[in-house]
Amino acid sequence: MTVRFTPKTVYVTYIAAAPERVWQALTTPELTQKYFWDRAIELEPKAGGAFALRLPDGRVNVQGAVVDYDPPRKLSVTWGVRWPEEFSKLPECLVTYDIARAGKPVRLTMTESHSWDVPEAILSGGRIGWPAVLSGLKSLLETGKPLAIEMDPPREMIEAIKNLK
Amino acid sequence: MSKPVFVYVTYIASTPEKVFKALTDSDATAKFWFGNAVTSDWKVGSQVTFHREGKLIVSGKVLEHDAPRRLSYTFQSHHEPHNGTEKPSRVVMDLEQQRDQVKLTVTHDDFAPDSKVFVSISNGWPLVLSSLKSYLEANRVLYAPWYEERAKREAEKAAS
Repeated sequence: MTVRFTPKTVYVTYIAAAPERVWQALTTPELTQKYFWDRAIELEPKAGGAFALRLPDGRVNVQGAVVDYDPPRKLSVTWGVRWPEEFSKLPECLVTYDIARAGKPVRLTMTESHSWDVPEAILSGGRIGWPAVLSGLKSLLETGKPLAIEMDPPREMIEAIKNLK
Repeated sequence: MSKPVFVYVTYIASTPEKVFKALTDSDATAKFWFGNAVTSDWKVGSQVTFHREGKLIVSGKVLEHDAPRRLSYTFQSHHEPHNGTEKPSRVVMDLEQQRDQVKLTVTHDDFAPDSKVFVSISNGWPLVLSSLKSYLEANRVLYAPWYEERAKREAEKAAS
């Protein structure tokens, strides 16, 4: 059976850096740790390979599989949240990064797609989180300094997950 | 169908005062907003204009000026292909200090039915606000490909 994913959240940012450097920032564990709340990416560099985001204490935060691996243009992964544990009830979503030159800067587009009739309350997590993550990535590439944004999952999202069957 | 609302959030390593000044200062906007210089006395009800190379690009009226927390104005695009034919929409900018950075939220709504301006601003804001972030954090600005492409087309036309 093929799972159909529909885009629900899109975030676009423009970065003064080469596409190769944006790709590197998205796929290198030492770099993702700097702007993605200490999470280190693990990525098998091929479609069908394993993908994960790991916390500093070794726990897996997000686990999935590589769907598209086309450096430095497109990375697409399935995204299953494993921690916090109650979030693992969520069906996995699809996260796609598209990198394209737009004049001199690079346009980075993040698309979060879902396979079910996902409530707005659950989408609120990504809608609040992605601007913080990708603002930090842009700062890291342009200034060498990431941001230190403190954020917890929104209460409405936690409540909605509790109510999931 | 619900009315379209455009919302964009960016985090900038700066202070609310600096971000607010950049958004309301003629020289600063000319730099990061691809040559579009804003002019206003920023009193509620006063006119706001953006000019680029002497041409009116956007006009509006100040709705709220609460430095350095909130800025709001109406927004009528005189840029082609709109040329001031659509009724003004509304821009609200909210600034919030969070540790060493500012959370800037731009909410653009109250569009005409089947608004074409909505499509343009949905493409425009991410680049304008990315450029603002680069300007304040790294003292560099981004360039708008749509202006560059037009300049190239016009240069080719002039040469032929």
